[in-house]
Amino acid sequence: MSAAPQDGRPLGLLAELTYRCPLRCAYCSNPVDPGASAGELAFAEWCRVLDEARALGVLQVHLSGGEPLVRRDLPGIVAHAHRIGLYTSLITGGQALSAARLAALTAAGLDHVQLSVQDARAAEADAIAGRPVHARKLAAAALVVRAGLPLTVNAVLHRANIGSVPALVALAEHLRADRLELANAQYYGWALLNRRALLPTREQADAAEAAVRAARRRLGDGRPEIVYVPADLHDDVPKPCMQGWGARQLTVAPDGKVLPCPAAAQISGLAFLTVRQAPLEEIWFRSPAFNRFRGTDWMREPCRSCPRRELDHGGCRCQAFQLTGDAAATDPVCRLSPHHALVTGIVRDAGERPAEPVPRRSPPCGLNSCRAPHSSSRPAGSRRPTCPCCRPPCSARCRSAAPVSGSATSSSVPG
Amino acid sequence: MAGGGGVRWRLCRGVRLGHDPVRDTGVLLHPEGVLLLNETGAAVLALCDGTADVDGITAALSRRYAAVAAEDVEQFVRRLARRHLIEPDDPTETGR
Ligand code: SF4
Ligand code: SF4
Repeated sequence: MSAAPQDGRPLGLLAELTYRCPLRCAYCSNPVDPGASAGELAFAEWCRVLDEARALGVLQVHLSGGEPLVRRDLPGIVAHAHRIGLYTSLITGGQALSAARLAALTAAGLDHVQLSVQDARAAEADAIAGRPVHARKLAAAALVVRAGLPLTVNAVLHRANIGSVPALVALAEHLRADRLELANAQYYGWALLNRRALLPTREQADAAEAAVRAARRRLGDGRPEIVYVPADLHDDVPKPCMQGWGARQLTVAPDGKVLPCPAAAQISGLAFLTVRQAPLEEIWFRSPAFNRFRGTDWMREPCRSCPRRELDHGGCRCQAFQLTGDAAATDPVCRLSPHHALVTGIVRDAGERPAEPVPRRSPPCGLNSCRAPHSSSRPAGSRRPTCPCCRPPCSARCRSAAPVSGSATSSSVPG
Repeated sequence: MAGGGGVRWRLCRGVRLGHDPVRDTGVLLHPEGVLLLNETGAAVLALCDGTADVDGITAALSRRYAAVAAEDVEQFVRRLARRHLIEPDDPTETGR
């Protein structure tokens, strides 16, 4: 009584409203290049993008970033999406999610909130986020539950927190979340830079999977439902990336660039158009970049004659490009790839020569005339007025005198 | 819609039934994604309003469509429940 789409139209849009974010997660998959943050689409442009996406067949929009709550026009964007029949999910770190903000979003028709946590306990979580954010996240979760919205708690797993799976399950239960998404880090952007610091060992990955299985057995049909995204590089069968290139989903980056997946912009040799250059429909159906890896004709051996080619689409194009320099190569995660030794080498290397993570640097949040990049933490004893987004002060240069209300700081897990 | 003494089904929190004019099809929108529905699927879900059990749903469907088997409805309903898209309407629990 339900069917898979056969019409070649996308169902989901990942709208990356901004790369600005007050957190400094070393596992962030946003681009490292600060220039990527320039030229954010304006409100009217996002409304047009949503209209075009709806006409193209999109039914669901994930409002993500960076931290989408740093955009003051977010309730307007949600209202527009709701008006044209889109299901809206907010992907947030919850720092700026005050009761008033949430009320405005709920009134605008917001359907679902996905809230990230960095770990189960404040000390560890705040160390990963680079700011004291955990307590406010718990408050944000309570607000979402009280508002009657479905709540997904999301944690990106890596070496420092992958042992916390049982504690994260307990936290999600305590928060009365509907769903817990435990997603191993995807190694793009900052996470790629930090791969040696973040990659869990094989033993850690196995233990996490066992913990997920145990929790699922215990919870049965009850809540939270646990969604687990396994550690890709520890595997030898690639993931069916995005259910195929240009098949079900698309991403619009903050500057309007239209991508088959959020990490695809790095692939050199593909010209990705922006929504300022062409209508979405044209980009989706006719742009060379979207057609480049559709179907199976582009494949070489070993994928071309492999029985799994329709199942995993040859794996991830971005990962193939990152590791081999050739986006048309078989994903090296696959044990049949001639480059598979690269992947086992990366995992071994990260275990033998671990590195210190480099915290993400972020452009200023822009709220309350904050113009300082979120760099090092506050000098001890500093009592500078702060902005509600990046409280405590984003840096000694932050001059904003924002009211310190009962609201919050923020973070989100892109994707 | 009155319906029997079995489990009465309703949509879970955050799950919406809609119609997609682009594909001209019923759709079930939920936090994890979208389900495209055929006509009977959409009709079953429209009846998952907390008042009908599987027998009630089947009876209501039989008035509109020929040859609706209770087993098919049951199976469909179970599948949706496993995916946390519908749940028993239990007035003693608030859902949270
Ligand atoms: S050879 Fe290609 S299609 Fe076959 S499993 Fe590996 S990546 Fe998938
Ligand atoms: S909260 Fe999300 S967007 Fe912000 S730094 Fe962390 S991972 Fe990146």
